[in-house]
Formats: sequence, C-alpha cells, structure tokens
Amino acid sequence: MDEGRARRRGVSPRLWLAGGWLLIALLAAIFAPLVAPQDPLAQDLMLERLPPFWIDGAEPGYWLGTDSLGRDLLSRLIFGGRIAFIVAFAAAFAACLVGSTLGLIAGYFGGWADRIISRIVDVWMAFPPVLFAILLVAVLGTGLSSVILAIAIIDWTRFCRVIRAEAMGQSRMDYIENARIAGYGRIGIMLREVLPNVVPSIVALLSLEMGIAVIVEAILSFVNLSISTDDPTWGGIIAEGRLSIHQAWWVLVFPLITLILTVLSFSQFGEALKARFDPVLR
Amino acid sequence: MLITLFGVAVVVFVVIRVAPGDPIAMMLPPGATDADIARLRGLYGLDKTIVQQFFIWLSGVLQGNFGTSISLRQDVLGLVFNRLPATLELAVTALLMAVAIGGTAAILGARERGTAVEAGIDIASGTALSIPDFLWGLVLILLFGVLIPVFDISGRVSPQLDLPFVTQFYLFESILRLRFDVTRDLMSHMVLPALALALPLAAIISQLLKMSLKEVITLDYVTLARVKGFSETQVILREALKNAALPTLTLVGVQFTFLIGGTVIVERLFSYEGLGNMAIDAVINRDLPLIQGIVLVFALLFVLINLSVDMMYALLNPRLRHG
Repeated sequence: MDEGRARRRGVSPRLWLAGGWLLIALLAAIFAPLVAPQDPLAQDLMLERLPPFWIDGAEPGYWLGTDSLGRDLLSRLIFGGRIAFIVAFAAAFAACLVGSTLGLIAGYFGGWADRIISRIVDVWMAFPPVLFAILLVAVLGTGLSSVILAIAIIDWTRFCRVIRAEAMGQSRMDYIENARIAGYGRIGIMLREVLPNVVPSIVALLSLEMGIAVIVEAILSFVNLSISTDDPTWGGIIAEGRLSIHQAWWVLVFPLITLILTVLSFSQFGEALKARFDPVLR
Repeated sequence: MLITLFGVAVVVFVVIRVAPGDPIAMMLPPGATDADIARLRGLYGLDKTIVQQFFIWLSGVLQGNFGTSISLRQDVLGLVFNRLPATLELAVTALLMAVAIGGTAAILGARERGTAVEAGIDIASGTALSIPDFLWGLVLILLFGVLIPVFDISGRVSPQLDLPFVTQFYLFESILRLRFDVTRDLMSHMVLPALALALPLAAIISQLLKMSLKEVITLDYVTLARVKGFSETQVILREALKNAALPTLTLVGVQFTFLIGGTVIVERLFSYEGLGNMAIDAVINRDLPLIQGIVLVFALLFVLINLSVDMMYALLNPRLRHG
C-alpha cells in the first residue's frame, strides 16, 4: 500500500513534466503564426549565424539565434513542430488501427488467420525499419501523406504483436467461455469482451508510437526525403546543423533538445498510462 | 526461414516496381531517342512483365547474380560485399560495447541493490533506452566531436593512411597485421557511431540482467557461497552470473537485429562508408537492383541471427538439451 502510494507519487511529477512539455509544444505548433517571433522562411544574409540570446553578438528578437541563411531558429522550431505533431498523431493512429485490428483477429480467432498474419509480421520484422521507411518514401514520393503512410505501413507490427499476445491470453479466460455460453457470436465477443480489455495496452502503445513517429519523420527529413524542402522540419534543421556544426552549434543543439524532450515525454506518458491501467502494476 | 526470405524478396520487388520514377530516364542524356530508351530497357530487362522480371531476378539471386547497379554501373553483389564488412565491424563493436556497459551496470546495480547507486543506474538506463540511436549519435557528435573533440565524427578511416589490406575487414586485419596505428585511427572513427548504437541495447541488458541477478542472488547456493566467505562481487561473478545470463542472452540476440537496422541512419550520420550509407544513396538515386540486393542481404542477416539465437538457446538451456 505504502509502496504503491510512493510509486504513484514518484510517477506524478514525471507525468506532469512530460504532459506539460507536450502541451506547450503542441500549442506552440497549433498557434505557430501567432507565437513565432519571426517568419520561419525569411532569409537575411546580414543576420546569418547569430548566436542565441545570452551570447555576445545576439540580436534581440532572435532568441535562439539564426542559421547560415539568417533564418530565425526559434520560429523554425515552432513551425517544424506542426509537421512533427501531424505525423505523430496521424501515423500512430493509422498504425494502431491496422495493427490492433489484425492483432485482435490473430489473437482471438487463432488458426490459419493467426498463421497468415504472424507470417506477414515475420516478413516485416526482417526489414531494417529505417531503410524500409526511406525506401517507401522514395517510392511514394515525398510529401506529408507519404511520410504518414510509410510510418503506418512499417509500424503496424508493433501493435499487432502486442495485441495478438494479449487477445490470445484474454480469449482463454473463463469470462469469454461464459459469454459464449450466453450466446454471443464470435465477432460480438471479440469486440465487446476482448477489445475493452486490451484497450489499456493500445493506449500506451499509441503514446510510444507517437514518439517513434516523430523520430522517423526527423530521420526522413534529415536525409531530405520528408516533405517539400521549404517548410521547416526538425530533421531538416538538424541536417543543416550537422553541416555547420563547427560554425553554429546552436542550429544542431536546439532541435536536438526539442526532439529529445518530445520523445522522452511521449515514452514517459505511455509508461505512466500503462502503469495506471495495468491492474497488476497498480 | 526460407518463406520469410521469399516474402521479403516479393515485398521489395513489388514496392520498387510500383515506384513512379523511371530509372532509365535518369540514366540517359537529354536528346536520347525512343530506340535508345527501348534498347536500354531491354538491357536491364525492364521490358518484360513484372512476374517475369521477378523470377528472372530471383533465379539470378539464387545463383549469386544480384544484377548491375544502375547508378554505379558495377556488380551489385561485389558492391554489397565491399561494404558489408564495414557494417559488420561497426555492429559487432557496438554489440561488444553494449554487453560491456550493460553488464557492468547490471553487476554494479545488483551488488549495490537498494542504494542510491542502483537508483542512479535505473534512471540512466531508463533514459538511455528512451532515446533512439539517431539522437544518441547527434548528442555524441556534439559532446565528443565538437565540445571536447577527442574522436573523429565522419568517415571510417583517415584518407591519408595507406591501407595494404586484402579484405574489407579493416579493423580485424589491422590487428592481425599489428598495424596498431591503423587500428587506433579506425577506432577513433568507430567509437561514437558504435556507442550511439550500443547505448539503447546496453540499457536493455542492464535492466534485464540486473533483474535476473537479483533473483538468483537470493537462492540458497548463492547464500552458501557468501557464507564460505566470498565477497559480494565474487559471489555475483562466480556463482550468480552464469545462471542469470540466459534470458539476457536470448534477448541480446533479438535486439542485435534492431541494432543492425540502426546502422543505416547512424552510418549516414557519421558518413561511415558502410552498407546502410550506400543503401540511402541507392534509394535517393532510385537504383533498383542495388536497393534490392542490400535489403535482401539485411534480411538474410536478420534471419540468420534469429536462427543462431534459437540454436544457442537450445544449446545453453539444460531443459531443452534433450528435447
């Protein structure tokens, strides 16, 4: 009892920090045109490679400095958040929908449905995911929907594997047998009895997947295969920062911090949700 | 296993053939005639149906003929074998680092269980695990390439060094030939990318191994060793470790495939001349035969690792030995 309380107290601040960061980043992204101090695309060669505000030579209004084309870094990060969050939500939901559905079918029905789905998962797992993502975007053509589609096509297996195992465990429980005796159909049992019991896992995975999607989008834009090159993306800013690392370290440091905080927050959020829903851990 | 590989081959082939871009169009100079285009399409077999193309390609692959790279105009298998050693050396170095770091952390955490040291190890491994290799690579570039520039952050080996090597396993061969100047240079290039790949895996190893160690430590035979007067470190290393290591070992095998998958972007990040870096170039250049070859080699590697993990597990687990 005491231990449980202590654990909950230990989780809380982390959950608050994670949620707080995600909320701030999300709001900044949504209201980017109002929040961003500068136009993220405006180039000014007089202002190139300005350092962040606490270093001599900084210019007021350019809080985090500028890149090699004189574009304001903070504004680019804020606008880059738009792409990151759209990809995070859309790709994670799409992957979740496909993966959870197939996982539920494989785990509950078993038999040849399970064998076929598991075989496809095996094939999918034999691909290096980053290479697969780059390949898919190259094939689908760059653009927001291609990036989202590529991530969903690759990462549905994460949901499928976990949900299959959980649905399999659930379908052996007594209450499923009772529902069958009570006259429910198989699909009815799957949706009404099994699904609600695997929802906690789905929610936790969803949060983790959003963090993964943010990273994959950053990797794709790092190799210049994400959306069109004009709109700022976190990965694109990192690629610029990697090139000018010896002249302007801040162009790499700030997007990196932003990405790390976002990814950590999504995973902390996911773990906290899992702990909250999981009756064994609770 | 063969079905999985066949599935991979089919998926790669289908994915690539629905690509809208035309690789032939990119090869030709402006002003090429239709006859030129047709001849080139015939040369690369692009004028046949998709199913025909697939089986022509597959029968070639089974005979060791992966086709010719469109962008580099060289034999795909030769290109892949030229780069594969660099990636393998990187991946194995990363694996060894992960085992060393994770193992040390686990042993230390188990010895100091219940103290602030263990709590610190838990926080460190939690963080290491949540941050993917791509971001670790960037963090390491900033820390040890720029802030304290002690390691190289791009390439595999300094270009001014002469390399009289016959294989592409530079690291291995430099040690065999006692060319330690080359070894040092190679390691200086390899430390950071390998560490970036190793950290998430080290975290997993430390968490799982510590958990099993803490379970084993409470068993009677370990208590007996303690009563005999062994120190806690000796007890862990001599008695507990070999019984606690099995679950970790199988997990490491599976995670090793994820680590190899990570080399693709980490090699890019550090301009390391391995297979993954070449793969990204191949995708950007729409070099279909090369992409197919590389993806298939990666898939083969994954399948082989999983297979050897299964075999190792059967070998090491006494309960399965007679099964």
